[in-house]
Amino acid sequence: MKQNRPLARAVTWFDLKAAPYVLISPYFLLFAVFGLFPLGFTVWVSLHDWELAGDRAWLGFTNYTELLVDADFWNAVVNTLGMFVLATIPQLLLALVLANALNKRMRFRLLYRLGVLVPMVTSIVAVAVVFGQLFARDHGAFNWLLGTDGLDWQADKLTSWTAISVMVDWRWTGYNALIYLAAMQAIPRDLYEAAAIDGASPRRQFWRITVPMLRPAIIFTALTSTIGGLSLFTEPVMFAQGDVGGGSLGQFQTVAMYMYESAFRDRDYGYASAVAWMLFLLILLVSLVSFLFTRRIGGTK
Amino acid sequence: MNDSLPRATLLTRVMLAAALVLSAFPIYWMFVIATRGNDVVGQVPPPLLPGGDLGDNLERLWATKDANFLLGLTNSAIVASTVTVSVVLLSSLAGFAFAKLRFRGRNPLLVLVLLTMAVPLQQMGIIPLYIMMVKLGWAGELKAVILPFLVNAFGVFFMRQYVEQAIPDELIEAARVDGCSTLRIYWSIVFPALRPAIAVLGLLTFMQTWNEFIWPMVVLTPSNPTVQLSLSALNGAHFQDYTLVFTGTALSTVPLIVIFVLFGRQIVGGIMEGAVK
Repeated sequence: MKQNRPLARAVTWFDLKAAPYVLISPYFLLFAVFGLFPLGFTVWVSLHDWELAGDRAWLGFTNYTELLVDADFWNAVVNTLGMFVLATIPQLLLALVLANALNKRMRFRLLYRLGVLVPMVTSIVAVAVVFGQLFARDHGAFNWLLGTDGLDWQADKLTSWTAISVMVDWRWTGYNALIYLAAMQAIPRDLYEAAAIDGASPRRQFWRITVPMLRPAIIFTALTSTIGGLSLFTEPVMFAQGDVGGGSLGQFQTVAMYMYESAFRDRDYGYASAVAWMLFLLILLVSLVSFLFTRRIGGTK
Repeated sequence: MNDSLPRATLLTRVMLAAALVLSAFPIYWMFVIATRGNDVVGQVPPPLLPGGDLGDNLERLWATKDANFLLGLTNSAIVASTVTVSVVLLSSLAGFAFAKLRFRGRNPLLVLVLLTMAVPLQQMGIIPLYIMMVKLGWAGELKAVILPFLVNAFGVFFMRQYVEQAIPDELIEAARVDGCSTLRIYWSIVFPALRPAIAVLGLLTFMQTWNEFIWPMVVLTPSNPTVQLSLSALNGAHFQDYTLVFTGTALSTVPLIVIFVLFGRQIVGGIMEGAVK
């Protein structure tokens, strides 16, 4: 027994000091190989004329300077920002209204919550296939409902952006509503009771108590929508039956689609990597704007 | 707590009912069209009730060689299951360490995890990842779509939050006093207590992996697709034949609907709990 003591102590010491690193190492190893390394390597590739066969030539920042005067790239930036605004603002407002409706005393509460979440469990590809038919030029349900017979939703910017935004909003509004609902339930009820005693109408209570108290949740959803919205890819690709060109004139080609096209159709990996970094920059920039904008919500009046 | 909420007005109820119909309609309609014959193509307004042609449509789907649908379904099942097991296991290990163990560098490492949650890594690293897979000769193989998804930052963060609040420090101290090793504590105390979190993270991961599109599109070929690629190929080649396309779409959604019917309550709970923290 006694001679085992040092060994046992060593084992315990090892267990206390090393075990945490053993537990986190699988995550960090895999993350380093498949997450961090590719991210850093994109910088290196973007500074080259890079081909798969192994031919590469150092270009410095040429890919970036070319990109800055590339009309197709700026077209994709405009499209991405346009669809982002067109999809996100109605989506978050609608989610807010929906959450407020869900935050009432009623029967079948779980059913309603499940109902608004259903769209999120379908795949984006499936959603886009179904909406592609609903937005079809000939015999599409939307054209029938709106009386716009023969309207080709893909033909110009505004209609194609609208159709794609509808797909995005259909999928994500309920999810955001549940996040707002959770935050609403954390607001102390006596705030409302005090306001009601002071004669504040429900509408006033909503804008003066609920919305300001939801600020952290609104910032969170604005940031996730920014990241998701600016890397929009699947919906517009499927809307064009799998083409990454985004319509005949690129009227709904997003930056992510342009990156894909440069890399995997034109085989210009260096240029596409530069697009990837510009996309990252764009996401950072718009995230910052979203953050500054939503931070002011219901703030000091 | 629920009692102090104001009652739902008629307007609220009507609005919620409309939201339910709008949410469910595209999915319902997808299944309706999957059961109809091609006589409905071009019908205005589109049909709203199911028909009896599901078997026919399925046979046509199997016969559509360019979509490889059965292989797509099988591949997706393999990929999504493998990824789910890995994410749940590795996230719970790391989450436990971050929540309950003391070690040097814990906080900076946790901040690193949080930062990577905010970066769309999938889009950013896609080109080097592709070059890497080609060099390794793995392009076109299932491991190319499995390996990059084996861990994710959200899983670690989610598990850390859960372990933090679900397991009291005293319980772990007591186990240590009794001579339990760290791994033993994980296996006998932490893992069993994590069951609800494992269910939620597992379901979300499975659904997300099943729905993955851009990376499989880059690295796989139509001859060895995931189900989303089969679907995309089907839609690209047979857009006009929409009963066939919708049959594929409906079929690819069935596993997700089953999961949602069985575990929807836990998923709603998981999303709402995650939001509060």
